[in-house]
Amino acid sequence: MAKIRDMIPAFELFQPMTVDDALELLDEHRGQAWVLAGGLDSFDWFKDRVKRPSAVVDLGGISELTGIRDVEDGIEIGAMTSLTEIERDERVRSAFSVLADAARHVATPQIRNQGTLGGNVSQDTRCWYYRSGWPCYRAGGNTCYAAAPQAMNREHCIMGRSRCVAVNPSDTAPALIAVDAKMVVEANGGPTVYDAEDFFIGPAIDITRMTVMKSQDLLTRIHIPARWADADFYYEKIRDRGSWDFQLVSVAAAFRKSEGKIEEARISVNGVAPFPVRLDAVERLVQGTSGDESTASAAGELAIQGARPLRHNDYKVAMMRNLVRRAVRSVS
Amino acid sequence: MDQEESVSVLEEKYSRRTFIKGVIATGATASSAGYLFRGSPLLGAATYQTATERLITLNVNGQERRVDVLPHETLAMTLRYKLGLTGTKLGCDRAECGACTVLIDGVSQYACSMLTHQVRGRSVGTIEGLEDADTGELSVVQRAVMEEGGFQCAFCAPGFIMAMTEMIEVNPNPTREEARLALSGNLCRCADYDKILTCAMRSAELARSV
Repeated sequence: MAKIRDMIPAFELFQPMTVDDALELLDEHRGQAWVLAGGLDSFDWFKDRVKRPSAVVDLGGISELTGIRDVEDGIEIGAMTSLTEIERDERVRSAFSVLADAARHVATPQIRNQGTLGGNVSQDTRCWYYRSGWPCYRAGGNTCYAAAPQAMNREHCIMGRSRCVAVNPSDTAPALIAVDAKMVVEANGGPTVYDAEDFFIGPAIDITRMTVMKSQDLLTRIHIPARWADADFYYEKIRDRGSWDFQLVSVAAAFRKSEGKIEEARISVNGVAPFPVRLDAVERLVQGTSGDESTASAAGELAIQGARPLRHNDYKVAMMRNLVRRAVRSVS
Repeated sequence: MDQEESVSVLEEKYSRRTFIKGVIATGATASSAGYLFRGSPLLGAATYQTATERLITLNVNGQERRVDVLPHETLAMTLRYKLGLTGTKLGCDRAECGACTVLIDGVSQYACSMLTHQVRGRSVGTIEGLEDADTGELSVVQRAVMEEGGFQCAFCAPGFIMAMTEMIEVNPNPTREEARLALSGNLCRCADYDKILTCAMRSAELARSV
Protein backbone atom coordinates (compact mmCIF):
# COMPACT_ATOMS: atom_id res chain seq x y z
CA MET A 1 0.00 0.00 0.00
CA ALA A 2 1.02 3.42 -0.80
CA LYS A 3 2.45 5.57 1.93
CA ILE A 4 0.58 8.75 2.79
CA ARG A 5 2.79 11.69 2.09
CA ASP A 6 1.94 15.33 2.67
CA MET A 7 0.43 16.70 -0.51
CA ILE A 8 0.25 16.21 -4.22
CA PRO A 9 3.31 17.88 -5.81
CA ALA A 10 2.55 21.20 -7.45
CA PHE A 11 1.26 21.40 -11.00
CA GLU A 12 -0.34 24.00 -13.15
CA LEU A 13 -4.12 23.49 -13.29
CA PHE A 14 -6.18 24.34 -16.35
CA GLN A 15 -9.95 24.22 -16.35
CA PRO A 16 -11.14 24.76 -19.92
CA MET A 17 -14.84 25.23 -20.68
CA THR A 18 -14.85 23.83 -24.20
CA VAL A 19 -13.39 20.82 -25.99
CA ASP A 20 -11.53 23.11 -28.39
CA ASP A 21 -9.80 24.89 -25.52
CA ALA A 22 -8.91 21.56 -23.94
CA LEU A 23 -7.43 20.30 -27.21
CA GLU A 24 -5.45 23.48 -27.60
CA LEU A 25 -4.05 23.11 -24.09
CA LEU A 26 -3.10 19.49 -24.74
CA ASP A 27 -1.39 20.50 -27.92
CA GLU A 28 0.43 23.36 -26.26
CA HIS A 29 1.68 21.16 -23.41
CA ARG A 30 2.26 18.17 -25.65
CA GLY A 31 3.53 15.22 -23.64
CA GLN A 32 3.56 17.21 -20.39
CA ALA A 33 -0.17 17.61 -19.83
CA TRP A 34 -2.32 15.17 -17.88
CA VAL A 35 -6.01 14.84 -18.65
CA LEU A 36 -8.09 14.83 -15.46
CA ALA A 37 -11.59 13.31 -15.56
CA GLY A 38 -12.96 11.81 -12.31
CA GLY A 39 -9.45 11.76 -10.86
CA LEU A 40 -9.63 8.33 -9.25
CA ASP A 41 -6.75 6.99 -11.32
CA SER A 42 -4.89 10.31 -11.55
CA PHE A 43 -4.59 11.27 -7.89
CA ASP A 44 -3.06 7.92 -6.90
CA TRP A 45 -0.30 8.49 -9.44
CA PHE A 46 0.27 12.07 -8.27
CA LYS A 47 0.24 11.25 -4.55
CA ASP A 48 2.70 8.44 -5.04
CA ARG A 49 5.00 10.75 -7.06
CA VAL A 50 5.16 8.13 -9.78
CA LYS A 51 3.69 10.47 -12.39
CA ARG A 52 4.44 14.15 -12.03
CA PRO A 53 2.86 16.14 -14.84
CA SER A 54 3.62 19.84 -14.95
CA ALA A 55 0.17 20.70 -16.29
CA VAL A 56 -3.20 19.15 -15.50
CA VAL A 57 -6.20 19.75 -17.74
CA ASP A 58 -9.42 19.26 -15.76
CA LEU A 59 -12.34 18.36 -18.05
CA GLY A 60 -14.96 18.85 -15.31
CA GLY A 61 -16.08 22.25 -16.57
CA ILE A 62 -16.81 21.17 -20.15
CA SER A 63 -20.57 20.71 -20.26
CA GLU A 64 -20.60 19.34 -23.82
CA LEU A 65 -18.76 16.26 -22.51
CA THR A 66 -21.51 15.16 -20.13
CA GLY A 67 -24.88 13.57 -20.64
CA ILE A 68 -26.57 10.80 -22.58
CA ARG A 69 -28.25 11.79 -25.83
CA ASP A 70 -30.47 10.02 -28.32
CA VAL A 71 -28.89 10.19 -31.75
CA GLU A 72 -30.09 8.99 -35.12
CA ASP A 73 -28.46 5.61 -34.72
CA GLY A 74 -28.57 4.67 -31.06
CA ILE A 75 -27.32 6.73 -28.15
CA GLU A 76 -24.29 8.84 -27.48
CA ILE A 77 -22.67 9.10 -24.07
CA GLY A 78 -20.41 12.04 -23.23
CA ALA A 79 -17.04 10.87 -21.98
CA MET A 80 -17.44 12.81 -18.72
CA THR A 81 -20.82 11.26 -17.89
CA SER A 82 -20.63 9.71 -14.44
CA LEU A 83 -20.95 5.96 -14.02
CA THR A 84 -23.90 6.52 -11.67
CA GLU A 85 -25.75 8.37 -14.40
CA ILE A 86 -25.13 5.52 -16.84
CA GLU A 87 -26.20 2.95 -14.27
CA ARG A 88 -29.47 4.81 -13.66
CA ASP A 89 -30.29 5.99 -17.18
CA GLU A 90 -33.53 4.48 -18.46
CA ARG A 91 -32.39 4.18 -22.09
CA VAL A 92 -29.18 2.44 -21.13
CA ARG A 93 -30.95 0.15 -18.68
CA SER A 94 -33.62 -0.92 -21.11
CA ALA A 95 -31.76 -1.11 -24.43
CA PHE A 96 -28.14 -1.76 -23.36
CA SER A 97 -28.50 -3.31 -19.93
CA VAL A 98 -25.07 -4.92 -20.21
CA LEU A 99 -23.48 -1.46 -19.96
CA ALA A 100 -25.67 -0.43 -17.01
CA ASP A 101 -24.71 -3.71 -15.31
CA ALA A 102 -21.03 -3.11 -15.94
CA ALA A 103 -21.24 0.48 -14.63
CA ARG A 104 -23.02 -0.78 -11.51
CA HIS A 105 -20.15 -3.18 -10.82
CA VAL A 106 -17.50 -0.46 -10.71
CA ALA A 107 -16.00 0.07 -7.24
CA THR A 108 -18.28 1.98 -4.82
CA PRO A 109 -21.20 4.44 -4.97
CA GLN A 110 -18.87 7.38 -4.27
CA ILE A 111 -16.46 6.32 -7.01
CA ARG A 112 -19.31 5.83 -9.47
CA ASN A 113 -20.65 9.29 -8.57
CA GLN A 114 -17.31 10.83 -9.36
CA GLY A 115 -15.83 8.46 -11.92
CA THR A 116 -16.67 8.86 -15.58
CA LEU A 117 -17.15 6.46 -18.47
CA GLY A 118 -14.26 8.06 -20.34
CA GLY A 119 -12.03 7.75 -17.30
CA ASN A 120 -13.07 4.18 -16.67
CA VAL A 121 -12.00 3.05 -20.12
CA SER A 122 -8.85 5.20 -20.20
CA GLN A 123 -7.49 4.26 -16.77
CA ASP A 124 -4.07 2.74 -16.47
CA THR A 125 -3.36 -0.81 -15.36
CA ARG A 126 -3.33 -1.66 -11.67
CA CYS A 127 -0.21 -3.89 -11.77
CA TRP A 128 1.26 -3.04 -8.38
CA TYR A 129 4.87 -3.24 -9.51
CA TYR A 130 4.18 -0.67 -12.19
CA ARG A 131 2.02 1.52 -9.97
CA SER A 132 4.55 1.50 -7.17
CA GLY A 133 7.04 3.11 -9.51
CA TRP A 134 9.22 0.09 -10.28
CA PRO A 135 11.18 0.67 -13.50
CA CYS A 136 9.44 -2.06 -15.49
CA TYR A 137 9.06 -2.33 -19.27
CA ARG A 138 5.84 -0.34 -19.18
CA ALA A 139 7.57 2.40 -17.19
CA GLY A 140 10.45 2.55 -19.65
CA GLY A 141 12.74 0.05 -17.90
CA ASN A 142 13.97 -3.31 -19.11
CA THR A 143 12.34 -6.01 -17.03
CA CYS A 144 8.91 -7.21 -15.92
CA TYR A 145 8.83 -7.68 -12.16
CA ALA A 146 5.43 -9.38 -12.28
CA ALA A 147 6.72 -12.23 -14.44
CA ALA A 148 9.82 -12.87 -12.32
CA PRO A 149 9.97 -16.31 -10.63
CA GLN A 150 9.23 -14.93 -7.15
CA ALA A 151 6.65 -12.38 -8.32
CA MET A 152 3.18 -11.97 -6.85
CA ASN A 153 1.16 -12.26 -10.02
CA ARG A 154 -2.16 -13.72 -8.96
CA GLU A 155 -4.07 -10.90 -10.68
CA HIS A 156 -1.99 -10.67 -13.85
CA CYS A 157 -2.71 -11.90 -17.36
CA ILE A 158 -2.98 -15.35 -18.89
CA MET A 159 -2.85 -14.28 -22.53
CA GLY A 160 -1.89 -11.41 -24.82
CA ARG A 161 1.38 -10.75 -23.01
CA SER A 162 4.27 -9.03 -24.69
CA ARG A 163 6.96 -8.31 -22.10
CA CYS A 164 4.21 -6.78 -19.89
CA VAL A 165 1.75 -9.12 -18.10
CA ALA A 166 -0.58 -6.51 -16.59
CA VAL A 167 -4.33 -6.55 -17.20
CA ASN A 168 -6.81 -3.89 -18.20
CA PRO A 169 -8.86 -2.99 -15.09
CA SER A 170 -11.96 -1.50 -16.74
CA ASP A 171 -15.39 -3.01 -15.99
CA THR A 172 -17.16 -1.09 -18.73
CA ALA A 173 -14.63 -1.99 -21.45
CA PRO A 174 -15.93 -5.52 -22.21
CA ALA A 175 -19.53 -4.24 -22.14
CA LEU A 176 -18.68 -1.54 -24.69
CA ILE A 177 -17.08 -4.18 -26.92
CA ALA A 178 -20.17 -6.39 -26.56
CA VAL A 179 -22.47 -3.59 -27.81
CA ASP A 180 -20.01 -2.65 -30.57
CA ALA A 181 -19.52 0.88 -29.21
CA LYS A 182 -17.65 3.49 -31.23
CA MET A 183 -15.15 5.65 -29.38
CA VAL A 184 -14.82 9.19 -30.68
CA VAL A 185 -11.29 10.48 -30.10
CA GLU A 186 -10.59 14.10 -30.92
CA ALA A 187 -7.30 15.78 -31.54
CA ASN A 188 -6.47 19.12 -33.09
CA GLY A 189 -6.71 17.56 -36.54
CA GLY A 190 -10.30 16.42 -36.02
CA PRO A 191 -12.11 13.39 -34.64
CA THR A 192 -11.24 9.74 -35.28
CA VAL A 193 -13.76 7.01 -34.53
CA TYR A 194 -12.47 3.67 -33.22
CA ASP A 195 -14.36 0.43 -32.66
CA ALA A 196 -14.23 -0.31 -28.95
CA GLU A 197 -12.09 -3.41 -29.45
CA ASP A 198 -9.50 -1.40 -31.39
CA PHE A 199 -9.51 1.43 -28.85
CA PHE A 200 -7.76 -0.77 -26.28
CA ILE A 201 -4.26 -1.79 -27.23
CA GLY A 202 -1.81 -4.32 -25.88
CA PRO A 203 1.88 -3.95 -25.07
CA ALA A 204 2.81 -5.45 -28.43
CA ILE A 205 1.48 -2.27 -30.06
CA ASP A 206 2.69 0.23 -27.47
CA ILE A 207 3.78 -0.89 -24.04
CA THR A 208 3.39 2.56 -22.47
CA ARG A 209 -0.28 3.02 -23.31
CA MET A 210 -3.51 1.14 -22.58
CA THR A 211 -5.48 2.76 -25.41
CA VAL A 212 -4.89 4.22 -28.84
CA MET A 213 -4.89 7.71 -27.33
CA LYS A 214 -1.68 9.70 -27.34
CA SER A 215 -1.03 12.58 -25.01
CA GLN A 216 -2.71 15.19 -27.21
CA ASP A 217 -5.84 13.08 -27.81
CA LEU A 218 -9.14 13.40 -26.00
CA LEU A 219 -11.91 10.81 -25.80
CA THR A 220 -14.99 12.99 -26.13
CA ARG A 221 -17.95 10.65 -26.59
CA ILE A 222 -18.96 7.07 -26.95
CA HIS A 223 -21.54 6.15 -29.54
CA ILE A 224 -23.58 3.01 -29.03
CA PRO A 225 -25.24 2.00 -32.31
CA ALA A 226 -28.87 0.87 -32.24
CA ARG A 227 -27.89 -2.39 -33.92
CA TRP A 228 -27.40 -4.22 -30.62
CA ALA A 229 -30.23 -2.55 -28.70
CA ASP A 230 -32.44 -4.95 -26.72
CA ALA A 231 -30.25 -7.95 -27.54
CA ASP A 232 -29.92 -10.79 -25.02
CA PHE A 233 -27.09 -9.65 -22.76
CA TYR A 234 -24.94 -11.35 -20.17
CA TYR A 235 -22.57 -9.67 -17.74
CA GLU A 236 -20.65 -11.19 -14.89
CA LYS A 237 -17.71 -9.94 -12.88
CA ILE A 238 -15.77 -12.04 -10.40
CA ARG A 239 -13.76 -10.27 -7.73
CA ASP A 240 -12.27 -11.11 -4.36
CA ARG A 241 -14.62 -8.86 -2.39
CA GLY A 242 -18.34 -8.38 -2.89
CA SER A 243 -17.78 -4.72 -3.73
CA TRP A 244 -15.09 -2.09 -4.29
CA ASP A 245 -12.72 -4.44 -6.08
CA PHE A 246 -11.30 -4.75 -9.57
CA GLN A 247 -12.26 -7.80 -11.55
CA LEU A 248 -10.31 -11.03 -11.50
CA VAL A 249 -12.16 -11.99 -14.67
CA SER A 250 -15.29 -10.45 -16.17
CA VAL A 251 -17.37 -11.33 -19.20
CA ALA A 252 -19.82 -9.29 -21.27
CA ALA A 253 -21.83 -10.79 -24.11
CA ALA A 254 -24.59 -9.85 -26.54
CA PHE A 255 -26.64 -12.36 -28.50
CA ARG A 256 -29.12 -11.91 -31.35
CA LYS A 257 -31.51 -14.81 -31.57
CA SER A 258 -34.01 -15.93 -34.11
CA GLU A 259 -36.22 -18.97 -33.65
CA GLY A 260 -34.19 -20.16 -30.70
CA LYS A 261 -30.89 -20.07 -32.58
CA ILE A 262 -28.06 -17.60 -32.05
CA GLU A 263 -27.82 -15.53 -35.21
CA GLU A 264 -24.97 -13.38 -34.09
CA ALA A 265 -22.96 -12.93 -30.92
CA ARG A 266 -20.37 -10.60 -29.46
CA ILE A 267 -18.42 -11.83 -26.46
CA SER A 268 -15.66 -10.04 -24.59
CA VAL A 269 -13.63 -10.96 -21.52
CA ASN A 270 -11.54 -8.66 -19.35
CA GLY A 271 -8.98 -9.34 -16.65
CA VAL A 272 -7.17 -12.00 -18.68
CA ALA A 273 -4.96 -9.89 -20.95
CA PRO A 274 -3.44 -6.41 -21.05
CA PHE A 275 -6.51 -5.41 -23.07
CA PRO A 276 -10.14 -6.57 -23.04
CA VAL A 277 -10.26 -9.59 -25.34
CA ARG A 278 -12.92 -10.02 -27.98
CA LEU A 279 -13.57 -13.71 -28.60
CA ASP A 280 -14.23 -13.76 -32.36
CA ALA A 281 -13.66 -17.49 -32.70
CA VAL A 282 -16.13 -18.27 -29.93
CA GLU A 283 -18.67 -15.94 -31.52
CA ARG A 284 -18.43 -17.89 -34.78
CA LEU A 285 -18.62 -21.20 -32.95
CA VAL A 286 -21.89 -20.38 -31.22
CA GLN A 287 -23.53 -18.98 -34.35
CA GLY A 288 -26.45 -21.10 -35.47
CA THR A 289 -26.61 -23.05 -32.22
CA SER A 290 -29.14 -22.76 -29.44
CA GLY A 291 -26.50 -22.12 -26.75
CA ASP A 292 -26.97 -25.65 -25.44
CA GLU A 293 -24.68 -27.29 -22.92
CA SER A 294 -22.35 -28.91 -25.44
CA THR A 295 -21.95 -25.64 -27.36
CA ALA A 296 -21.32 -23.80 -24.11
CA SER A 297 -18.63 -26.30 -23.12
CA ALA A 298 -16.97 -26.09 -26.50
CA ALA A 299 -17.12 -22.29 -26.33
CA GLY A 300 -15.42 -22.30 -22.93
CA GLU A 301 -12.66 -24.61 -24.15
CA LEU A 302 -12.11 -22.54 -27.29
CA ALA A 303 -11.95 -19.32 -25.28
CA ILE A 304 -8.92 -20.49 -23.27
CA GLN A 305 -6.96 -21.79 -26.26
CA GLY A 306 -3.42 -20.51 -25.96
CA ALA A 307 -3.78 -19.34 -22.38
CA ARG A 308 -0.42 -19.31 -20.56
CA PRO A 309 -0.85 -18.72 -16.86
CA LEU A 310 1.87 -17.27 -14.65
CA ARG A 311 2.92 -18.89 -11.39
CA HIS A 312 -0.04 -17.78 -9.27
CA ASN A 313 -2.90 -17.22 -11.68
CA ASP A 314 -3.76 -20.53 -13.32
CA TYR A 315 -7.17 -20.27 -11.62
CA LYS A 316 -7.98 -17.56 -14.15
CA VAL A 317 -7.94 -20.12 -16.96
CA ALA A 318 -10.73 -22.13 -15.36
CA MET A 319 -12.54 -18.92 -14.40
CA MET A 320 -12.45 -17.59 -17.96
CA ARG A 321 -13.60 -20.93 -19.38
CA ASN A 322 -16.51 -21.11 -16.96
CA LEU A 323 -17.59 -17.51 -17.45
CA VAL A 324 -17.70 -17.93 -21.24
CA ARG A 325 -19.61 -21.16 -20.75
CA ARG A 326 -22.15 -19.44 -18.52
CA ALA A 327 -22.55 -16.55 -20.95
CA VAL A 328 -23.34 -18.91 -23.83
CA ARG A 329 -25.58 -21.07 -21.68
CA SER A 330 -27.60 -17.99 -20.68
CA VAL A 331 -29.07 -17.92 -24.18
CA SER A 332 -30.85 -21.24 -24.05
CA MET B 1 -0.08 21.99 51.74
CA ASP B 2 -1.06 18.40 51.32
CA GLN B 3 -1.48 16.86 47.96
CA GLU B 4 -5.25 17.05 47.73
CA GLU B 5 -5.24 20.73 48.47
CA SER B 6 -2.61 21.48 45.87
CA VAL B 7 -4.65 19.71 43.24
CA SER B 8 -7.76 21.66 44.05
CA VAL B 9 -5.82 24.92 43.92
CA LEU B 10 -4.42 24.02 40.58
CA GLU B 11 -7.83 23.07 39.27
CA GLU B 12 -9.14 26.41 40.29
CA LYS B 13 -6.36 28.18 38.57
CA TYR B 14 -6.44 26.20 35.35
CA SER B 15 -9.72 24.49 34.71
CA ARG B 16 -8.59 21.04 33.63
CA ARG B 17 -10.90 21.01 30.66
CA THR B 18 -9.75 24.36 29.33
CA PHE B 19 -6.15 23.31 29.75
CA ILE B 20 -6.65 20.09 27.77
CA LYS B 21 -8.55 21.93 25.09
CA GLY B 22 -5.69 24.40 24.82
CA VAL B 23 -3.15 21.64 24.38
CA ILE B 24 -5.22 19.91 21.75
CA ALA B 25 -5.71 23.10 19.78
CA THR B 26 -1.99 23.90 19.82
CA GLY B 27 -1.11 20.38 18.85
CA ALA B 28 -3.57 20.39 16.01
CA THR B 29 -2.23 23.66 14.66
CA ALA B 30 1.34 22.43 14.75
CA SER B 31 0.55 19.08 13.17
CA SER B 32 -1.64 20.46 10.44
CA ALA B 33 1.02 22.97 9.46
CA GLY B 34 3.43 20.05 9.29
CA TYR B 35 1.01 18.09 7.19
CA LEU B 36 0.73 20.86 4.67
CA PHE B 37 4.28 22.04 4.39
CA ARG B 38 6.46 19.08 5.31
CA GLY B 39 9.07 18.14 2.78
CA SER B 40 7.79 20.05 -0.16
CA PRO B 41 10.04 22.94 -1.06
CA LEU B 42 7.79 23.87 -3.97
CA LEU B 43 4.95 24.80 -1.67
CA GLY B 44 6.58 27.78 -0.04
CA ALA B 45 7.19 29.78 -3.16
CA ALA B 46 5.16 30.17 -6.29
CA THR B 47 7.50 28.76 -8.92
CA TYR B 48 5.43 29.54 -11.96
CA GLN B 49 2.40 31.40 -13.08
CA THR B 50 -0.69 29.31 -12.63
CA ALA B 51 -3.81 29.51 -14.69
CA THR B 52 -6.01 29.20 -11.62
CA GLU B 53 -7.22 31.99 -9.38
CA ARG B 54 -6.16 30.91 -5.90
CA LEU B 55 -8.47 33.03 -3.77
CA ILE B 56 -11.85 31.44 -4.30
CA THR B 57 -15.27 31.33 -2.70
CA LEU B 58 -16.50 27.92 -1.63
CA ASN B 59 -20.03 27.12 -0.64
CA VAL B 60 -19.61 24.89 2.40
CA ASN B 61 -22.62 23.84 4.46
CA GLY B 62 -24.64 26.71 3.03
CA GLN B 63 -22.04 29.35 3.89
CA GLU B 64 -19.85 31.26 1.45
CA ARG B 65 -16.26 30.82 2.56
CA ARG B 66 -13.36 32.78 1.07
CA VAL B 67 -10.28 30.62 1.01
CA ASP B 68 -6.83 30.57 -0.56
CA VAL B 69 -6.51 27.24 -2.37
CA LEU B 70 -3.45 25.84 -4.13
CA PRO B 71 -4.12 24.33 -7.58
CA HIS B 72 -3.06 20.88 -6.38
CA GLU B 73 -4.90 20.90 -3.07
CA THR B 74 -7.53 18.26 -2.36
CA LEU B 75 -10.90 19.18 -0.91
CA ALA B 76 -10.18 17.15 2.22
CA MET B 77 -7.06 19.28 2.81
CA THR B 78 -8.97 22.54 2.35
CA LEU B 79 -11.80 21.46 4.63
CA ARG B 80 -9.57 20.21 7.41
CA TYR B 81 -6.58 22.52 7.32
CA LYS B 82 -7.91 25.75 5.84
CA LEU B 83 -11.52 25.83 7.00
CA GLY B 84 -11.10 23.96 10.29
CA LEU B 85 -13.81 21.46 9.41
CA THR B 86 -12.06 18.44 10.86
CA GLY B 87 -15.21 16.33 10.96
CA THR B 88 -14.23 15.11 7.51
CA LYS B 89 -11.59 12.46 8.20
CA LEU B 90 -8.59 11.41 6.17
CA GLY B 91 -8.14 7.67 6.45
CA CYS B 92 -6.32 6.30 3.44
CA ASP B 93 -6.12 9.43 1.25
CA ARG B 94 -6.58 7.03 -1.70
CA ALA B 95 -10.36 6.66 -2.26
CA GLU B 96 -10.13 3.31 -0.52
CA CYS B 97 -11.79 3.84 2.88
CA GLY B 98 -14.61 6.39 2.62
CA ALA B 99 -13.77 8.32 5.81
CA CYS B 100 -13.60 11.56 3.80
CA THR B 101 -17.05 11.18 2.20
CA VAL B 102 -18.74 14.55 1.66
CA LEU B 103 -21.77 15.59 -0.36
CA ILE B 104 -21.11 17.59 -3.53
CA ASP B 105 -24.44 19.04 -4.66
CA GLY B 106 -26.02 16.36 -2.48
CA VAL B 107 -24.07 13.50 -4.09
CA SER B 108 -21.56 11.51 -2.03
CA GLN B 109 -17.96 11.71 -3.16
CA TYR B 110 -14.49 11.24 -1.65
CA ALA B 111 -12.99 14.59 -0.59
CA CYS B 112 -9.48 13.09 -0.61
CA SER B 113 -9.69 12.39 -4.32
CA MET B 114 -10.83 15.64 -5.83
CA LEU B 115 -9.25 19.04 -6.15
CA THR B 116 -10.89 21.87 -4.28
CA HIS B 117 -10.84 23.82 -7.54
CA GLN B 118 -13.07 21.14 -9.07
CA VAL B 119 -15.93 22.04 -6.72
CA ARG B 120 -15.92 25.82 -7.21
CA GLY B 121 -19.49 26.97 -7.63
CA ARG B 122 -20.95 23.76 -6.24
CA SER B 123 -22.28 23.12 -2.77
CA VAL B 124 -20.14 21.12 -0.37
CA GLY B 125 -21.83 19.39 2.54
CA THR B 126 -19.84 18.04 5.47
CA ILE B 127 -20.80 16.38 8.74
CA GLU B 128 -20.67 19.80 10.46
CA GLY B 129 -23.54 21.01 8.32
CA LEU B 130 -25.99 18.24 9.09
CA GLU B 131 -27.45 19.68 12.28
CA ASP B 132 -29.95 22.50 12.03
CA ALA B 133 -27.91 25.71 11.95
CA ASP B 134 -30.42 27.65 14.09
CA THR B 135 -31.72 25.13 16.60
CA GLY B 136 -28.76 22.75 16.71
CA GLU B 137 -31.16 19.89 16.21
CA LEU B 138 -29.43 16.80 14.85
CA SER B 139 -30.33 15.31 11.48
CA VAL B 140 -32.31 12.09 11.33
CA VAL B 141 -29.18 10.12 10.49
CA GLN B 142 -27.29 11.56 13.45
CA ARG B 143 -30.24 10.78 15.73
CA ALA B 144 -30.43 7.24 14.42
CA VAL B 145 -26.71 6.73 15.05
CA MET B 146 -27.09 7.99 18.62
CA GLU B 147 -30.13 5.81 19.25
CA GLU B 148 -28.58 2.65 17.86
CA GLY B 149 -25.02 3.29 19.07
CA GLY B 150 -23.66 2.19 15.75
CA PHE B 151 -19.95 2.80 16.04
CA GLN B 152 -17.12 1.68 18.26
CA CYS B 153 -14.16 4.02 17.69
CA ALA B 154 -16.24 6.09 15.23
CA PHE B 155 -13.37 7.40 13.13
CA CYS B 156 -15.30 6.22 10.08
CA ALA B 157 -18.61 7.62 11.39
CA PRO B 158 -18.64 10.98 9.56
CA GLY B 159 -18.10 9.22 6.24
CA PHE B 160 -20.78 6.65 6.94
CA ILE B 161 -23.21 9.32 8.14
CA MET B 162 -22.71 11.34 4.94
CA ALA B 163 -23.26 8.20 2.85
CA MET B 164 -26.43 7.42 4.82
CA THR B 165 -27.62 11.00 4.35
CA GLU B 166 -27.41 10.52 0.60
CA MET B 167 -28.91 7.04 0.80
CA ILE B 168 -32.15 8.14 2.46
CA GLU B 169 -32.56 10.82 -0.23
CA VAL B 170 -32.04 8.41 -3.14
CA ASN B 171 -33.84 5.46 -1.61
CA PRO B 172 -36.10 6.41 1.31
CA ASN B 173 -37.26 2.84 1.83
CA PRO B 174 -34.22 0.58 1.45
CA THR B 175 -33.98 -3.09 2.23
CA ARG B 176 -31.04 -4.10 4.40
CA GLU B 177 -29.34 -5.46 1.28
CA GLU B 178 -29.84 -2.15 -0.56
CA ALA B 179 -28.43 -0.30 2.44
CA ARG B 180 -25.38 -2.59 2.32
CA LEU B 181 -24.81 -1.65 -1.31
CA ALA B 182 -25.40 2.05 -0.62
CA LEU B 183 -22.79 1.97 2.16
CA SER B 184 -20.32 -0.28 0.35
CA GLY B 185 -18.03 2.69 -0.26
CA ASN B 186 -17.17 3.05 3.42
CA LEU B 187 -14.98 0.84 5.56
CA CYS B 188 -15.12 0.35 9.34
CA ARG B 189 -12.01 -1.22 10.81
CA CYS B 190 -13.83 -2.08 14.02
CA ALA B 191 -16.09 -4.12 11.72
CA ASP B 192 -19.25 -2.75 13.27
CA TYR B 193 -21.07 -3.24 10.00
CA ASP B 194 -24.10 -4.94 11.40
CA LYS B 195 -24.83 -2.14 13.87
CA ILE B 196 -24.03 0.48 11.24
CA LEU B 197 -26.60 -1.13 8.95
CA THR B 198 -29.12 -1.02 11.76
CA CYS B 199 -28.39 2.73 12.04
CA ALA B 200 -28.94 3.10 8.32
CA MET B 201 -32.28 1.31 8.49
CA ARG B 202 -33.29 3.34 11.54
CA SER B 203 -32.36 6.62 9.85
CA ALA B 204 -34.51 5.74 6.85
CA GLU B 205 -37.32 4.93 9.24
CA LEU B 206 -36.92 8.25 11.08
CA ALA B 207 -36.77 10.14 7.78
CA ARG B 208 -40.03 8.55 6.64
CA SER B 209 -41.78 9.44 9.88
CA VAL B 210 -40.78 13.14 9.74
